[in-house]
Amino acid sequence: MALIQEKIAAQFPEATFEEGDILLVNIPDAKWHSLAKTLRDDADLKFDFLVTIVGMDWPEAYGCMYYLTSTEHNTHISVKVTAESRENPMLHSIADLWSIAGIFEREVYDFFGIVFIGNPDMRRLFLSIDWKGYPLRKDYDESPELNPVTTESERQSDFTNTWVEEADGKIVKKEERVFAENDFVVNIGPQHPATHGVLRFRTAVDGETIKKIDVYMGYIHRGVEKICEKLTYPQTLHFMDRLDYFSAHPYHHGLCMTIEQAAGIEISRRAQVIRVLMDELSRIASHCLFLGTFCMDLGATTMLFYTLRVREQILDIMEKTCGARMTFNYDCIGGVMQDLAPDFVEDVKALLAVIPKNIKEYNQVFTGNVIARNRMEGVGVLSREDAISWSVTGPSGRGSGWACDVRKTDPYSIYSELEFDEVVRTEGDSMARFKVRLDEIVQSARIIEQLIDNIPEGEYCVKVPKVLKLPKGHWFRTVEGCRGTFGVYLESDGTTSPYRLKLVPPSLTAAAAVDHLTRGSKIADLITIGGSLDYIVPDMDR
Amino acid sequence: MFDFSILTNWIHSTLLGFMPEWLAVTAECVLIGVVLLLVYALLALFYIYFERKVCAAFQCRLGPNRVGPFGLLQSFADMFKMLIKELISLNYTDKFLFALAPYLVILASMLAFAVLPWGNGLQVLDFNIGIFFLMAVSSIGVLGILLAGWSSNNKFTLIGALRSGAQMVSYELSIGLSILTMVVFAGTMSVTEIVQAQSNTWFIISGHIPAIIAFIIYLIAGTAETNRGPFDLPEAESELTAGYHTEYSGIHFGFFYLAEYLNLFIVSGVATLLFFGGWMPLHIPGWEGFNTVMDYIPSVIWFIGKAVVISFIIIWFKWTFPRLRIDQMLSLEWKYLLPINLVNLVLMVLIIVYGIHL
Repeated sequence: MALIQEKIAAQFPEATFEEGDILLVNIPDAKWHSLAKTLRDDADLKFDFLVTIVGMDWPEAYGCMYYLTSTEHNTHISVKVTAESRENPMLHSIADLWSIAGIFEREVYDFFGIVFIGNPDMRRLFLSIDWKGYPLRKDYDESPELNPVTTESERQSDFTNTWVEEADGKIVKKEERVFAENDFVVNIGPQHPATHGVLRFRTAVDGETIKKIDVYMGYIHRGVEKICEKLTYPQTLHFMDRLDYFSAHPYHHGLCMTIEQAAGIEISRRAQVIRVLMDELSRIASHCLFLGTFCMDLGATTMLFYTLRVREQILDIMEKTCGARMTFNYDCIGGVMQDLAPDFVEDVKALLAVIPKNIKEYNQVFTGNVIARNRMEGVGVLSREDAISWSVTGPSGRGSGWACDVRKTDPYSIYSELEFDEVVRTEGDSMARFKVRLDEIVQSARIIEQLIDNIPEGEYCVKVPKVLKLPKGHWFRTVEGCRGTFGVYLESDGTTSPYRLKLVPPSLTAAAAVDHLTRGSKIADLITIGGSLDYIVPDMDR
Repeated sequence: MFDFSILTNWIHSTLLGFMPEWLAVTAECVLIGVVLLLVYALLALFYIYFERKVCAAFQCRLGPNRVGPFGLLQSFADMFKMLIKELISLNYTDKFLFALAPYLVILASMLAFAVLPWGNGLQVLDFNIGIFFLMAVSSIGVLGILLAGWSSNNKFTLIGALRSGAQMVSYELSIGLSILTMVVFAGTMSVTEIVQAQSNTWFIISGHIPAIIAFIIYLIAGTAETNRGPFDLPEAESELTAGYHTEYSGIHFGFFYLAEYLNLFIVSGVATLLFFGGWMPLHIPGWEGFNTVMDYIPSVIWFIGKAVVISFIIIWFKWTFPRLRIDQMLSLEWKYLLPINLVNLVLMVLIIVYGIHL
């Protein structure tokens, strides 16, 4: 960390540093773009993975926290940039350096009204085009009269704005077309069987060939981050079930860990083991559902039922312990909500016994099928560089040869003690993403096998103060959700509720990469690619 | 075997007994029309039930089992639901073509119905170019689908219709050529004569290698022709919601639905006719006792039974395979099926010239 600091200080004397879990660099906006370029390109730094951009409304100014990771050196850094003006906040865009930055910046613009100079597409991302105000600003006016529920169709524009800095330093607003003037634009979604929820693709096609896709998000935006700012810490946990509802356990785990780290709570070994068991069970369940729905997207309806059989068995296990099949709400600050059901071990062993048989069947029915192979092989190839640039994490990133499993790169809980392989394939096509998930089921089963006979005795939940107050500060923590890296940014001002809770969903980046992946392929490939990326809409919209 | 022409001739002569000939013919036409419609509807209902049960078995489910014993009345209930649903009229569509399209589709499959050899002497139309007529009328269907997609004024239906057009025009070639192969073998286009020629051994056995190749190609092309999975691109529900019939409701949608199932029957029926002896019972030369027992099974049952078995195979395809992509589907036809088919036709001619068939 010291080396990185020296290196940056040498080139950017105006930078100041704050030590912490992750080194924090303060840099004025004017120097930010060149710092970003250095961070990305310098051989010793190589921060090529932009984890997230956290928009912030600090009492003194608007600004952003950038979280960067080097995939080569496995180091982390964060950069704090503040906007000079409070009335008209502007920052320089880094959309030209990281492909995903454009989408992240749009999100910040949507919530905080910070304009990014040089971002080619400065539209709102989640909220409707006529929304008044920027909801995550602290002085946001929530009155329903300002933004009434309208019964009319949402206005839609074919134009987007961009702010450009001219040679003399003047900043000019320009208007540009999203599509070419004579494009045949098909609207796929938000009500469409293959978009996996209310996601909308405006697709410009030339015959069956896709020219460009404009992804519209926000149909299921519930403002989770804003709501969390008004709730106490234990209350914020309940939303983790409602983001990516298929990886509710890992998400809970992530937020609980962040809060426990901030509050300095040490949890028992039993709770750790239970949490990891639940994470891996939900990973199997989630991947099973992926296999089924993906095959259904490709027209092989029967596979869905074969995969749901296994998923159903897992949900039964969860139901016995958590009392729910979907919104488990199981992990809590200090451990887990209640102890394991008496026949948990027995049920899980029964599950482990059927998994190999089922995987063999899936391979026989689907993976080897010549039509399935033709549909998936070479379709939607995402190179390793692009996967990192678009921040496509999780199984989709690993299908492109990027070893991005947080359980391995930044082990949390008890993962460092467990024996399992990180499944990485190099082809980068839809087939690779499919196979990675298939193989991950086996690895998750391996983890469960190691733990199921060794669940230690002890309390499942340690004592936590009734009114939980976190010290002032900020924390950032990532965990491996079922669909990729899930990050939690928590900033506390010393009260009982978070000053800012930013959730970093893996689905957002996956959906953002769809446009890049589908250029020049067929409409049917859009379904294959979208299915293989396996995004969950409530996760990206939050 | 019971010859149904005895029955039809008796009806004709009885009618002539108390009415002039033109009236008798008219009455018979009406009668046949009603019977045909009835058979058409009943078969469709049976197929809907059959497919749901078969697919349920593949998917480890039970299928319809609530309405009536074993869910037998389920498709009747569905039919009545469909009948009483509102026909939604849309703005900005070509009203006339929009309404015409489902009738064209159903007309095509109904006309094709007329030449199928239902049983011994039980055929509505029997003339020397029966097969030719069948191919001609069954290609009217694509017109209905194109019109449906176009007149709905919806981008999804348009893409579905264009896909369907490309698909049906291409696969018509394969169907035509594989039928041609069998016509060359039979030496006639008359449906009756083709069936009669198979009284001892079915064509699939007597025509051996080229006949089997022709049958496999016919089965693939037939599946594509009926827009069924894995070739269900025109209505690929995960891509185009419902394809060309997205905008239809009520009985107009029902017509498309019916026609899809009936086309399945027609494709299987023609396969039965060309390869499996039409209504001819299974005869094995030399086994006189066996042949006599087989003859006791009515010819209608033979025909429908064989067609249902072939339909089962096509249904099996649908519930097992994923869907092809449009370019893969077209390259399958133009790069593989068509050349194989042409070579197969030459092979068949050689076999006939040198007399090496059974």
